[in-house]
Amino acid sequence: MPANTVRLRIKRQAGPQAPPVWEEFEIPYRPHMNVIVALRDIAENPVTRDGRPTSTIAYEANCLEEVCGACAMVINGRARQACTALVDRLEQPISLEPLHRFPMIRDLQVDRSKLFNDLRRVKAWVPIDGTYALGSGPRQSPQDQEQAYPLSRCISCGNCLEVCPQYNTRTDYVGAAVINQVRLFNLHPTGKMHRAARLDALTGPGGIQECGYAENCVKACPKDIPLTDSIAAVNRQMVGHLWGKALGR
Amino acid sequence: MPNSSPHLLIVGGGLAGLSAALHAAERGARISLFSVVPVKRSHSVCAQGGINAAKNLKGEGDSPWIHFDDTIFGGDFLANQPLVKRMCEAAPGIIDLLDRMGVPFNRTPEGLLDFRRFGGTLHHRTAFAGATTGQQLLYALDEQVRRHEASGQVEKFEHWEFLSAVLDDNGVCRGICAMDLRSMEVRTFAADAVIIATGGIGAIFGKSTNSIACTGSAQSALYQQGADYANGEFIQVHPTAIPGEDKLRLMSESARGEGGRVWVPKDGKPWYFLEEWYPKYGNLVPRDVATRAIHKVVYELGLGLDGQPAVYLDLTHIPAHELDIKLGGILEIYEKFVGDDPRKVPMKVFPAMHYTMGGLWVDNEHQATNIPGLFACGECEYQYHGANRLGANSLVSCIFGGAIAGPTAVEYARASTAAGSPRPFEQEKLRQEEINARLFASEGSENPFVIWKELGRTMTEHCTVIRVNDNLRRADAKLQELLERYRKLGLRDKTRWANPAFFFTRQLYNMLQLARVICLGALARDESRGAHYKPAFAERDDANWLKTTLASFAPDADEPRLRYQPVDISLLPPRPRKY
Ligand SMILES: Cc1cc2nc3c(=O)[nH]c(=O)nc-3n(C[C@H](O)[C@H](O)[C@H](O)COP(=O)(O)OP(=O)(O)OC[C@H]3O[C@@H](n4cnc5c(N)ncnc54)[C@H](O)[C@@H]3O)c2cc1C
Ligand code: SF4
Repeated sequence: MPANTVRLRIKRQAGPQAPPVWEEFEIPYRPHMNVIVALRDIAENPVTRDGRPTSTIAYEANCLEEVCGACAMVINGRARQACTALVDRLEQPISLEPLHRFPMIRDLQVDRSKLFNDLRRVKAWVPIDGTYALGSGPRQSPQDQEQAYPLSRCISCGNCLEVCPQYNTRTDYVGAAVINQVRLFNLHPTGKMHRAARLDALTGPGGIQECGYAENCVKACPKDIPLTDSIAAVNRQMVGHLWGKALGR
Repeated sequence: MPNSSPHLLIVGGGLAGLSAALHAAERGARISLFSVVPVKRSHSVCAQGGINAAKNLKGEGDSPWIHFDDTIFGGDFLANQPLVKRMCEAAPGIIDLLDRMGVPFNRTPEGLLDFRRFGGTLHHRTAFAGATTGQQLLYALDEQVRRHEASGQVEKFEHWEFLSAVLDDNGVCRGICAMDLRSMEVRTFAADAVIIATGGIGAIFGKSTNSIACTGSAQSALYQQGADYANGEFIQVHPTAIPGEDKLRLMSESARGEGGRVWVPKDGKPWYFLEEWYPKYGNLVPRDVATRAIHKVVYELGLGLDGQPAVYLDLTHIPAHELDIKLGGILEIYEKFVGDDPRKVPMKVFPAMHYTMGGLWVDNEHQATNIPGLFACGECEYQYHGANRLGANSLVSCIFGGAIAGPTAVEYARASTAAGSPRPFEQEKLRQEEINARLFASEGSENPFVIWKELGRTMTEHCTVIRVNDNLRRADAKLQELLERYRKLGLRDKTRWANPAFFFTRQLYNMLQLARVICLGALARDESRGAHYKPAFAERDDANWLKTTLASFAPDADEPRLRYQPVDISLLPPRPRKY
């Protein structure tokens, strides 16, 4: 392989029902390329390595600085964001696959709406009375902010769910990202007031008890969110919550 | 009879659209919210540095009036003043609201909100959540709107693209026509009022600091349907971004707000040219000023790093721990994309297209466009920033604009009479389906991605930092050539399911039309004001040009017609802008 080209193997699927096929591409190398640049170069001239014209590759992307969460895919076997996947640091041929645990749309594009729906399920918000003027929010120490902010940086990419053996369409498990949001809102001085409702939402099918402690999630998170700590913290809250309920408190 | 449960369509789920949705939902409206990307992935997440409000928590005697003065002065007196004043007065309340929603703003030891300095002001006025403020604000509004979604009041149409407005025979907006970005179905939606909040236009410049979805396609479609587009020529070029192949990644002004210094080596020593040239504001002069200074250092003085178009943005003198707490998010971007640690080595940056001050024309009170029933808020409209936006003023203008647009659209909707005939809907759907059919049938030789590259190059070269009339004339000729070539393109991928090349090609046409508004607006304006700089007309010319540019589309000629409108300067008399 000439050093001035980049080779990619991409798993294609024309639609939810279509069979998957692999296609290979070889494109000119440019310094500082990331996987997005490679996909764009292919889009300009979608021809496979053996010279066969093909369709444009569908994928999601928006911010290109790893803060929107859109461009998650499986790159050389690892779930990660395509924008921060620099070609110089990837072994070639670079293999690109869609996230497997979500319904297929087309090619590298999948339907991650379950993630957003699950945020609704667990009431991941602070229940404010209204937008009218009610003065400033509760005072918080810088230490509390330094605890909450990292939890709040979840970009809903779904990488932690992709690597979770428990996350599948059968059990309806909400997964680490959503449990982490429960921890975040249960920490907030006003958010706390909905603590019981959030914990209730995490009991029953798809709730926190589905977690099998594989601990893959925390390693897959591009934002270094302490997901296993979050699951442990919410589990502790859950024990107290369920005891409280059992004792009729 | 008044409409007791009005139905609004909101296009765009960035800060502006979500703010509009939240305020409208509180007033009892039913809302359908459209977005090309899932709302939570909207471009607003990119905002790094912070949001302005004169809370005066640092004992500096700051006030909404000073914020107002800084904003008008920073915008070189082109903004209509009363609405800007209202925004500055509302800003502290907006911060309180966001604080109540749980935005993890950085705190002082006393548990109060911390504020940092930004460009174009001498006060600590910018609240921030690390260096991912936009993300945190967007999430907070997204969460609140999700509450209303849970109660059934808001319905989201994510992965749907707005194509056009549905206008009745009287020119009243009755709904929209949109396309499902998966099934590619074209559908019309009726409503009592429509709010457009579709954000920026970076893609017209090829590479910029903006997200991919910032194409301006929706604004352009509306302009071609008769909406006025105001001050299109005012394009902000941010002084400090990391050059990249796919994107010019911003290094927020907050880096300088926290003490970052810009320099190049000169005679073997660091030369802090901004500090030398602007001793009062130093590295925190407004963006247009800093950008031109960097341009001069690189292109006129030939002092770019290693002869390249780049200068240093240096944070290495600040303790790493402090940097991590206040700027962690952007340092991470530099590390991940460049591979160097900005705590240890100065960053290499260069100006990049960043923001449009121009946008859909809206009135001075209600965020209403000239099309009845159509409102606009956020970066897609023109009201708040005059000829140059101050850093951290956009987020506040998006939320404030949404807080006006939502309730006024509800009021309008309550008073409006039901749409009459279904015909305008059928006609608009047919028109859009015909556009799709033509594209699917296209067999020409032109490649849309090549046309886009040429568009980006032309616009970046001639419609950003320095504008020269001869070049602008040539640029417009080039844009016309590209439009001509667009008509001869061939769409290779004819898949009728989630076809990205198809969507992009459709947007490209609208980008080309809007590019001409920018270019011709710049050509006409023979003065220098804010971000619009013409060396041949180097001074601001209030006698002739203290006026708003209005572009309207002339369908027969297939090009913009320009006219002008006075600026409301009733509160602050213009004075020379010197930093
Ligand atoms: C890198 C960067 C950093 C910034 N930092 C700051 C900062 O620190 N402080 C500050 O004040 N400002 C900052 N800005 C500016 C600010 O982020 C934006 O101006 C602001 O977020 C725009 O918000 P919006 O709601 O108008 O649009 P966006 O957030 O862009 O949202 C637009 C919405 O419209 C939707 N949309 C677009 N077209 C269509 C269509 N045709 N059909 C359907 N939906 C559509 C999109 O999906 C999206 O939901 C920054 C900008 C950039 C680029
Ligand atoms: S927790 Fe991390 S990996 Fe999981 S969705 Fe959020 S950002 Fe992605």
